[in-house]
Amino acid sequence: MKVAPVSSAAAPAQAAPADTRMATLRAIYIIWYRDLLRYWRDRWRLVASLAQPLLFLIVFGSGLSSALGRGSLFGTSGGISYIQFMYPGIIGMAILFTAIFGAMSIVWDREFGFLKEVLVAPIDRSAVAIGKALGSTTQAMIQGLILLVLAPFVGVKLSVLTVLTMIPLAAVLAFGLSSFGVALASAMKSLQGFQVVMNFLMMPMFFLSGALFPLTGLPGWMTVLTRLDPASYGIDPLRRVVLSNSGLPGAVVDRLGLTINGQVLPIPLEAGIVLVFGAVMLGIAVVMFQRRD
Amino acid sequence: MNVVTNVDGVAGDAVIQASGLVKRYGELEAVKGIDLEVRAGEIFGFLGPNGAGKSTTISILCTLLSPTAGTARVAGIDVAYDPAGVRQRIGLVFQDPSLDDQLTGRENLEFHAFIYSVPAAVRRQRIDEMLALVQLADRASSQVKTYSGGMKRRLEIARGMLHQPQVLFLDEPTLGLDPQTRQSIWTHLNELRTTKGVTIFMTTHYMDEAEFCDRIAIIDQGKIVALGTPDELKAMVGGDVVTITSSRPDDAAREIKEILGVTPSRDNGTLRMEVPDGKAFVPRLVREVTAPVDTVSMHRPSLDDVFLKLTGRAIRDEAASAGDQNRAMARRFMAGRRR
Repeated sequence: MKVAPVSSAAAPAQAAPADTRMATLRAIYIIWYRDLLRYWRDRWRLVASLAQPLLFLIVFGSGLSSALGRGSLFGTSGGISYIQFMYPGIIGMAILFTAIFGAMSIVWDREFGFLKEVLVAPIDRSAVAIGKALGSTTQAMIQGLILLVLAPFVGVKLSVLTVLTMIPLAAVLAFGLSSFGVALASAMKSLQGFQVVMNFLMMPMFFLSGALFPLTGLPGWMTVLTRLDPASYGIDPLRRVVLSNSGLPGAVVDRLGLTINGQVLPIPLEAGIVLVFGAVMLGIAVVMFQRRD
Repeated sequence: MNVVTNVDGVAGDAVIQASGLVKRYGELEAVKGIDLEVRAGEIFGFLGPNGAGKSTTISILCTLLSPTAGTARVAGIDVAYDPAGVRQRIGLVFQDPSLDDQLTGRENLEFHAFIYSVPAAVRRQRIDEMLALVQLADRASSQVKTYSGGMKRRLEIARGMLHQPQVLFLDEPTLGLDPQTRQSIWTHLNELRTTKGVTIFMTTHYMDEAEFCDRIAIIDQGKIVALGTPDELKAMVGGDVVTITSSRPDDAAREIKEILGVTPSRDNGTLRMEVPDGKAFVPRLVREVTAPVDTVSMHRPSLDDVFLKLTGRAIRDEAASAGDQNRAMARRFMAGRRR
């Protein structure tokens, strides 16, 4: 014996397609918020992820400093030690790795099913790409800016102005790289592709970005590659801002910067390049996500 | 309280309507023309073996796939015209879990409520209500990774209902769960139907699950081969099913045909026949057939018998497809790894 159902919600008349703009904004917010909640929950991973930049800075930096002789660019006559030079590059490294790994969490979600819940919601799918990009941006910014506390240990003086200028610069780099990561993730169906991305994209991007060595006086082919790396245009401003008002000889800092045909690029232009790169990548990601089977 | 004996004949509005649905993947036609109608408040089952086209059809109805041909309307809205509108009015519980393991049960529900624009004023109340209904209120603050398979499924059912959908779609709702949990999920689903008036559409390859639906469509190789209430479908099998085993099955089959006038179907040493009155038939068989009859069994027709009659194959004998096997393996592997 079956019971007749209680009256269900009345079916609305066939109206125009649902307005999903408000819903999409909410979705972007909640996807961003979830990322941050998980980031905060996984605090130990946060601490562990600082180990890599610290390792580079302290071990690699000291080791290489010692190996570079007296007459080198970073010898005692140069005015700036290798570790000091490297320091902003390590901040950039933290941003690079966090941004791309963070965006890769999309692939993780896809593998473990949570992405389905989001894709099935009555929202525009662009919210997934945008929300994730913003989530990674925030995480990468935090990871990078935290390293500013190490400044006194490497002999770099930070002023309030420096720190304030770093925030938008870190944001721009984080955004550019996160968007790149989201675009990659939107094309990857499984975690297997991850290894490929790591070795063929991330590591080259990192090595060619000027984080570890100056981009001046390089062999021709390498000069070209480094100018093609979007990360270079993000790391150069970081270096110039951190080192220029820090008690280190200004001329030296300028000499070590990124130049194109001998021209030093203004920081706003460099930031603009990274922003445009990010926007293009985000656009690609949005299109990829909106394709329905 | 209105009590009716049968959903048949009650003029419920058609809450799901599909007409000529076809889905082609290149050369492969997964769904070959499906028509169906589901009425408000029904529990409707889609029964069939793996690979029959169940998941594909339900995906089309849920706007996850677009049909190659044909139309479908869910909650009065065309799935092709306004998929977002459809999704606002339906709830989905997938075959594989789609929860965030690192968040708590409650947080998963809050995420869903937020993204589905459940008004802030009622959000908490609805979440509490659904948690109580699926009996997860005491575990709501634990991370989902601590939940058992059954608990996760119940949470997903609660989640699917949060935005008060008209239809709840479930793809294999009790797959991989133990009998007790399966029973409790059916109880919850029934409660949802009676207290919320929601229409439930589920796919399954479990016959006992299909039994508890109001109406079932049996699907095989992309087409519906039968549609009706479980009783109606079982009546298609003419009576009881008698099964015997014999060391000389050919002789036995011949004799049964000549002496008793029934043509059994044969599967190695097992003979199977449908007869109007099994109770009277079995003694006759044992007495009059001289070929050795080793074992005899009899049962009332099941949906598996219906499927067998219509397609010549058994639902439960269909081996899991390679895709399912890979997924099952991957699931076990991932469950063993620490994230």
